[in-house]
Amino acid sequence: MNDHVSKDREMELLQDGERRRLLKCMAMAGAGVLWTMKSGVLSAKALDGVTAAADSDFSFIQISDTHVGFHQAANPDVLATLQQAIAQVNNIGRIPGFVLHTGDVSHLSKPEQFDTAQQAFKGIKSDSWFFTPGEHDIIGDNGAEFFKRFGGGVNGKGYYSFDYKGMHCVCLVNVMDFKPGGMVSLGDEQLEWVEKDLKGLSASTPILVFAHIPLWTVYEAWGWGTSDAPRLYSYLRRFGSVTVLNGHIHQIQQKIEGNMTFYTARGTAYPQPLPGAAPNPGPLTVPAGQLGSYLGIREVRHVNVSGPLAVTDTSLALPV
Amino acid sequence: MRLLIGTLFVVVCTAGFFMSSVLADNTPAANAVQINIFNYKFDPETATVPAGTTVTWTNKDEIPHTVASSDKGFKGSSGLDTGDSYSYTFDKPGTYKYYCTLHPFMTGTIVVTAKGG
Repeated sequence: MNDHVSKDREMELLQDGERRRLLKCMAMAGAGVLWTMKSGVLSAKALDGVTAAADSDFSFIQISDTHVGFHQAANPDVLATLQQAIAQVNNIGRIPGFVLHTGDVSHLSKPEQFDTAQQAFKGIKSDSWFFTPGEHDIIGDNGAEFFKRFGGGVNGKGYYSFDYKGMHCVCLVNVMDFKPGGMVSLGDEQLEWVEKDLKGLSASTPILVFAHIPLWTVYEAWGWGTSDAPRLYSYLRRFGSVTVLNGHIHQIQQKIEGNMTFYTARGTAYPQPLPGAAPNPGPLTVPAGQLGSYLGIREVRHVNVSGPLAVTDTSLALPV
Repeated sequence: MRLLIGTLFVVVCTAGFFMSSVLADNTPAANAVQINIFNYKFDPETATVPAGTTVTWTNKDEIPHTVASSDKGFKGSSGLDTGDSYSYTFDKPGTYKYYCTLHPFMTGTIVVTAKGG
């Protein structure tokens, strides 16, 4: 039942008729979809397991919301699904340039949960990992344990940037400044740092921005957005290709605004309802056997120097 | 008849004694208030309690929540997993607003009145 509602709503979010038809087929087949962006226009084709495009310079993986320590009905074994996700990554057949974890590594910021997660991450054949914390990773200590393990960034605040094969990557932290009743913010200090960080770059530099909570307002009533994100856009607009990746909402949503494309990712732990489709954003318990199609990983490929990034989402329902 | 009245008197007195002892037992209970965290809500959302009351929050959701003061007015909880509780004793009268740092749309208020007020 939930699955039907979810699929229908997912369809409503797609504007392009061709994509709609394709996605219907893909939903039936339980497979992934390869998104390619050319000049800001998305096109889709089936992910059939042999889509390793020869022209891609490099690829990286986004993994999100592993919630190690969660043990409720929606997924009693999040470690098993994480292992499945890891197998999925290794099954792609390309060693990713790096792996991006967009937060909520742990469920309750407990050292043993971080230990278990880190042990599991070793299963992915990649030398470098980049992390941004989720709100579940900073409980009780403002992220001290998380930053100790995964890097403290600029002044121990968790945000940082790096360059990878001509792409400029910016990691932001938007889980430290929760205000009662409202949406979270990046804060002035971080935004001033972003402005400086991007200042010297040519407009043709591909930009990747990632943070845990969506950097666009998906659903304000549930806090699924970042209140001062518009100021961030003002620094990003001049670039020809900007890709923004987030986690937090345990489902794929996307939005295009000018040259900026925003994607949220599936998690590997448990699904959450579509925006406003339930009284609250609590874990969604789906019928037995369907959990895998709600969880997944994402591969992002740099197709050519001046072009946009290609995003491929693969659900865990795809046989490994 | 006199015996019956006497017996009744004893029964009434005994009942009275038990009633007063029940009331006496209730007095400390009145200084403890339970707030459930369920369906992403604090229930009751507003609780009015006399100074000295110990408020206990219990998380009955599948997801962790926290109790955090909105203006550092009292010491908040760490992460409360399903079934976990957190207690705090409010000694000073005032209005204490709080929220869940994981889901900041969840807010609540404790109004602490003067003792006996």
